[in-house]
Amino acid sequence: MNFHQMTMVQLAEQLRNKSVSSVELTQYFLDRMTQFDGQINSYITQTPELALAQAAAADARRAAGEDGLLLGMPLAHKDIFCTKDVITTCASKMLANFKAPYNATVVEKLNAAGMVTLGKVNMDEFAMGSTTENSAFGVTRNPWSLDAVPGGSSGGSAAALAAGLAPVATGTDTGGSIRQPAAFCGVTGIKPTYGSVSRYGMIAYASSLDQGGPMAKTAEDCAHLLSAMAGFDERDSTCAEGERPDYVTGLNDSVKGLRIGLPKEYFGEGLSPEVKAATMAVATELEKQGATLVEVSLPNTSAAMPAYYVIAPAEASSNLSRYDGVRFGHRCDNPKDLKDMYIRSRSEGFGAEVKRRIMVGAYVLSAGYYDAYYLKAQRVRRLIKQDFVDAFDQCDVILGPVAPTPAWKLGEKTADPTAMYLADIYTIPVNLAGLPAIALPAGFSAGLPVGVQLIGNYFSEPKLLNVAHQYQQATNHHIQMPAAFA
Amino acid sequence: MTWETVIGLEVHAQLATNTKIFSAASTAFGAMPNTQACLVDLGMPGVLPVLNKGVVDMAIRFGLAVGATVAEKSVFARKNYFYPDLPKGYQISQFELPVVLGGQITIEVDGKEKVINLTRAHLEEDAGKSLHEDFEGYSGIDLNRAGTPLLEIVSEPEMRSPAEAVAYAKKLHELVQYLGICDGNMQEGSFRVDANVSVRRPGAPFGTRAEIKNVNSFKFLERAIMFEVERQIDVIEAGGQVVQETRLYDAAKDETRSMRSKEEAMDYRYFPCPDLLPLIITPAMIEVVKAEMPELPDAKRARFMSQYGLNDYDAMVLTNSREIADYYEAVVAATGGKDAKIAANWVMGELNARLNNDNLSISESPVDAQRMAGLIARILDNTISGKIAKDVFDAMWTSQDSADAIIESKGLKQITDPVAIAAMVRGVIDQFPEQLAEYKGGRDKLFGFFVGEVMKATKGKANPGQVNQILKDELAK
Amino acid sequence: MSDQIDVHKVARLGALAVSDDEVAAVGQKLNAIVGLFDQLAAINTDGVEPMAHPLDQVQRLREDVVTEADIHEYVQQIAPKVEAGLYLVPKVIE
Ligand SMILES: [Mg+2]
Ligand SMILES: [Zn+2]
Repeated sequence: MNFHQMTMVQLAEQLRNKSVSSVELTQYFLDRMTQFDGQINSYITQTPELALAQAAAADARRAAGEDGLLLGMPLAHKDIFCTKDVITTCASKMLANFKAPYNATVVEKLNAAGMVTLGKVNMDEFAMGSTTENSAFGVTRNPWSLDAVPGGSSGGSAAALAAGLAPVATGTDTGGSIRQPAAFCGVTGIKPTYGSVSRYGMIAYASSLDQGGPMAKTAEDCAHLLSAMAGFDERDSTCAEGERPDYVTGLNDSVKGLRIGLPKEYFGEGLSPEVKAATMAVATELEKQGATLVEVSLPNTSAAMPAYYVIAPAEASSNLSRYDGVRFGHRCDNPKDLKDMYIRSRSEGFGAEVKRRIMVGAYVLSAGYYDAYYLKAQRVRRLIKQDFVDAFDQCDVILGPVAPTPAWKLGEKTADPTAMYLADIYTIPVNLAGLPAIALPAGFSAGLPVGVQLIGNYFSEPKLLNVAHQYQQATNHHIQMPAAFA
Repeated sequence: MTWETVIGLEVHAQLATNTKIFSAASTAFGAMPNTQACLVDLGMPGVLPVLNKGVVDMAIRFGLAVGATVAEKSVFARKNYFYPDLPKGYQISQFELPVVLGGQITIEVDGKEKVINLTRAHLEEDAGKSLHEDFEGYSGIDLNRAGTPLLEIVSEPEMRSPAEAVAYAKKLHELVQYLGICDGNMQEGSFRVDANVSVRRPGAPFGTRAEIKNVNSFKFLERAIMFEVERQIDVIEAGGQVVQETRLYDAAKDETRSMRSKEEAMDYRYFPCPDLLPLIITPAMIEVVKAEMPELPDAKRARFMSQYGLNDYDAMVLTNSREIADYYEAVVAATGGKDAKIAANWVMGELNARLNNDNLSISESPVDAQRMAGLIARILDNTISGKIAKDVFDAMWTSQDSADAIIESKGLKQITDPVAIAAMVRGVIDQFPEQLAEYKGGRDKLFGFFVGEVMKATKGKANPGQVNQILKDELAK
Repeated sequence: MSDQIDVHKVARLGALAVSDDEVAAVGQKLNAIVGLFDQLAAINTDGVEPMAHPLDQVQRLREDVVTEADIHEYVQQIAPKVEAGLYLVPKVIE
């Protein structure tokens, strides 16, 4: 059986009708990891022993009569989620030996559902990056083209899915880190409404923007995984109270009458023709299914990128102060005094992009610059949110590109951080506003996947998943696999 | 020309909650190192703060007590700096929008009342402790205290002498204990005072101030300010300038000295903590706290006067601390509310003297309110005299026995039988015929001699009033 | 135009080392990034409240009850240097 070609829902059926046990399915993916990961380097840490033990436990639960779509299902965790007694690196030398002393709430919830941890996948260090090139554990390659980037920061998650080295994965999205790698690797991923998924145990990059979410082959798989990930958590003050909506039941609803907004600012200069064409093709397909298209405007779109690169580094510079070599993490050898210990531990432990963002963050918060940069960016942030609020008066969901181009070549933009930042323009506004958005495959350009995103109003994930699912029922971009890994 | 001293105080009061401000770890003092530092207190990657309701209630209580505005919205901010006992590399505090705004404390110095205005009071987390001994070339970090809730109470620079500063600090110290929001233990660091001190010519603008950090006794506060004022005057009079800096008071040398060099000028980069949301205090929350608000010193003093018939002075002494007031009221209640004045005399007199003598606080008193009431009840029902009661009290101090048990075992019960007393009186008169003759001859002063002899003969147990009366009668025969 | 970033100052604030050889290159990249922020100044934000959180939520309060246990032996297994239950750091000089 080619289990790696199946969706999670299909695999769940295999487990449910006992065509395969969780131990067998887990071993299948562990074997594929051994066979293929050398080519793409999607895993930082593989956890075969833990996986097989969890799989055996899941099989026992099933034998005892328990059922559950996620029971015994293997997955890969982005290495930003703390996993108890398993090395959790955040792709940083700083945490190269960090055995997390606890489980993130997301990990805890997925464990409870009976899921099996195959390992921890690669990412940009502390989620700072758009290519997974900023990892202390080597770059991850795009399975569709080994000299292309997989996107980032959840590049390991996306690449592992595309290469069939995990059926589903967790990711996090601070400025596009689920959606952009999903688009680059031809998989589906949803960034939930801020506050839907607990941040407890998810190593912080920019706290007011970070949000964990599922990545998978299909929107339907994402809906099931998100159902288990989302929920109120008393350990996270920013986690929304109350019940989460039902992400699954409405998947098969018709899109008839749905108003799809096309923001004119997302189709202007800088957008490559092939991505534009793919996006419009998605619009056409949904129109064919009965949706209507309306032009909307998000006038402050171009301000999102500078606002984000003020706010995110500001929060990050403070969030990363805890890495001081005192209680955990890297400490330099033979510090000559306290200051030397701080400076050398941090300078040795952090990579170049992380250091840049720490310094930029310190700068925008420092005396004399706080008002002009930090406070100003926060005011702009409100304008960006208001743009979406206004747009949702005219439409139900917004459709747009995820990135201006498909995946670029490894090394192409590493010398120029600002060029890299500019590629985030379509994903960043969503994080600043705290909205949900789903990225889904929409075709190919020169052999590389192209993705689009649907942006919804607060807590409208069921609608986004429904629309994406309806699109995927009518198309097959999402079930394509790169030939070398098929 | 004279100099005017300008003092503002910042007091850090540790709030008497069970748990830390942002974690559910215990705040109990004195545990083994790091046994009360949970993942949140350690600043582990990925952990998040959640605000303790008890902390908010205590801040409201304080705000109400000083007549301040309890902010409808306050915001937690991060103060960023590296220090090994600051696990996250930032302290969560409140900066632009504190929880309490304004308020007043009335002090009394040299019989004159003065109102000191408060600027604000804000919530923040305490740091851990660095231990500098024992480890060759290393310091040891204990994070048990990290995350302990603090209320930082900031006054306006309105104090004009060390005496006023001490009076203010003492009043605040009394108040926070009264409110039950701080145990006030200065040795354990529960109540720490920073003094901002400057000098100027009267009427001139404020001079440059120095901040003296972490003074942990009222005596040191007074000494530290006195030293600092002299130092600043010397600097200016020698043609120099006072630099704005943080200074430490060294009690052994009785001097302040500079703590941080200027080169390391701090830029704390305060910004709203993204892990915490705005704290909204609703009128309903304030009402709940108000309803549970302990009676404040001034109100209690007035009530003691009206309810127990005490004079102003007694009422003031008995309401000086909540513990004394509570003790006193427990004694009165246990004696059925009878003769509250005698209870007042005992609490302020014998009890207070013994406590002072043994250097004990009232909560450590070997004689609790119930046993004290048992003693007073025997005075009130004439079982013993006030004088004998002092002996009984002494015996109670060093034992667990009740007043009744001691009276019984030592046979101290008062003699009140008039026939028995009359017999003893006659025996004494018969014993001293010479004195009797002198008394009859007009030496009235000898009456006291006979009283003394009767009391001696009865080992002090005869009821003094009755002895007086019967002796008078018998001598007149 | 934005000010030129003081590399030594921001490195000190972040407890990071930037060697004299690197200063120019690091400064150039940082200034390029900060240069992006200039366009913020052009946006009219008069009367707009700064937004620190995406949702208009308010802080939830936790009951004041101890639920955390002593975990120091476990968490100190991952500490760089520990003695007698204390985290050791090069001597702190006050
Ligand atoms: Mg202060
Ligand atoms: Zn403070």
